[in-house]
Amino acid sequence: MTTQQPQQPQQPQPYKKPLPVLEPETRPFWEAAARREYMLKRCSSCKQFHYPPQNVCPHCLSSNTVWIRGSGYGKVYSYTITYQGGGPGYAEEVPFVLGIIELDEGVRVWSNVVGIDPKEVKVGMVVEAVFENVAGQGIAIPRFRPRPQKKA
Amino acid sequence: MSLRGKTAIVGIHEYESRFAPTASVNQIKAECLREALEDAGLTKDDLDGVCTAGDGGSVMDLCEYLDVHPKYVDSTQTGGSSFVVHIAHAAAQIAEGRCSVVATMYGSMAKSTARAIGTGGGGLFAAFPEQFEGGVHGTTTVGSYAQTARRHMAEYGTTSEHLAAIAVSTRKWAAMNPFAVMRDPITVEDVMNSRMVSDPLHLLDCCLQTDGGGCVIITSAERARDLKKKPVYILGAGEAVGHHEAGLRDLTTMAAYRSGREAFQMAGVQHKDIKLAMVYDSFTITVLVTLENLGFCPKGEGGRFVSDGKIEPGGSLPLNTDGGGLSSNHPGMRGIFTMMEATRQVRGERGEAQVPNCDLAVAHGTGGGISARHGTGTLILSNRV
Repeated sequence: MTTQQPQQPQQPQPYKKPLPVLEPETRPFWEAAARREYMLKRCSSCKQFHYPPQNVCPHCLSSNTVWIRGSGYGKVYSYTITYQGGGPGYAEEVPFVLGIIELDEGVRVWSNVVGIDPKEVKVGMVVEAVFENVAGQGIAIPRFRPRPQKKA
Repeated sequence: MSLRGKTAIVGIHEYESRFAPTASVNQIKAECLREALEDAGLTKDDLDGVCTAGDGGSVMDLCEYLDVHPKYVDSTQTGGSSFVVHIAHAAAQIAEGRCSVVATMYGSMAKSTARAIGTGGGGLFAAFPEQFEGGVHGTTTVGSYAQTARRHMAEYGTTSEHLAAIAVSTRKWAAMNPFAVMRDPITVEDVMNSRMVSDPLHLLDCCLQTDGGGCVIITSAERARDLKKKPVYILGAGEAVGHHEAGLRDLTTMAAYRSGREAFQMAGVQHKDIKLAMVYDSFTITVLVTLENLGFCPKGEGGRFVSDGKIEPGGSLPLNTDGGGLSSNHPGMRGIFTMMEATRQVRGERGEAQVPNCDLAVAHGTGGGISARHGTGTLILSNRV
């Protein structure tokens, strides 16, 4: 008599890329990404956005910084197509695009440009945030893809 | 009080081997110190300041290895520029009379331990702030520098051919350095046809990875005049740090803009009088933007500036005459080598590769990532005050 193996639930693909170290100052950014929100830090004293997010405003040193849900819209400020390396999870996926996105709020953030042939990426291309959930971690990794343009 | 001409480089030694699997990092530092003291005509007992950064542990570890008890130590860590910054700091300490003979030392076994410095990426960068500059997005060192290259191309029309011209010129100089790892001539086409590592940077746009190290010793100008070699006076010194600037950074403006301005102002010299530029060349783009930021050409004109032969042997601004990190050696952090080659040139010791009448030189280190946090140190060196 053979015992039937219990059916394994469908496991999501394990996430092999590096996960952000979650620290009190920045944990909300990664958790909000799981809700598909691209959060930015803005200072209530000097009213300016900054990046990376900090508890103390780098412009005026005020501690009155608050999380604001950003638009998630921006354009490519610069980028590279990586053909070698990139660490676990990435090195296996070359070529991939690592870029700097100038968000509509003005700050320049680092991420990937996805959903497009790497050779088609251009400086100035209009993009929007997308979020890759990391199973079991309660966080997501934001990336950017070309934003469909409305017809004029 | 200006530091101009108050101190001089009096002893140097560059570790000759580019592959030293049986050495240790502190052994490389100690042997370079021993030879640099000999070069200067000084002894270990004269040494009262010790500086180091990078591999091999703390400055305390190094003092123990050397069995020295300095009055002054400095382990300022601004990446590959650290050693230039050490010399800038030490010049002030010596001018104040707090100490007399200061050495900065570097050693690395980057090649023998096969560290993936340029393309490693991954978990090393997953904490703050690296997690917000590609640390969880597959960043690499070369990929970070490539951001500046791409932006420069988009803003100013700089091309891969422009960048390649730097690699080609540097290789011509390397052919005259018997210790250089890569000495065979290359063409712009060779660089363009080498495999892409991180677009737009090809393999031949990237520095080598070697073992090695060095030592630079400075003392007061007065004491320098009684030593073995002709003093190489420090006329100007500057240091600066660049970073994300709260997310508003202009990628083609780097810290060299500030460290260079400080150094040139202190020295009171003009760019047109500089006979040699030793500029940290982690990647070809590093050289191009550094030349612009140091003020050798207007911003955006770096591509044309490096492409007309002036940085090559026989040109009006010889650049990286030892073959640089691109062709001679790059043991992880290369700032110290810019000072050593500038010293050899100002002394007139470079034989076939000697720059004629090399009486004024710039030695410039860059550390960290030019598209993110980076530190720079700039020295202006001369054979007269």
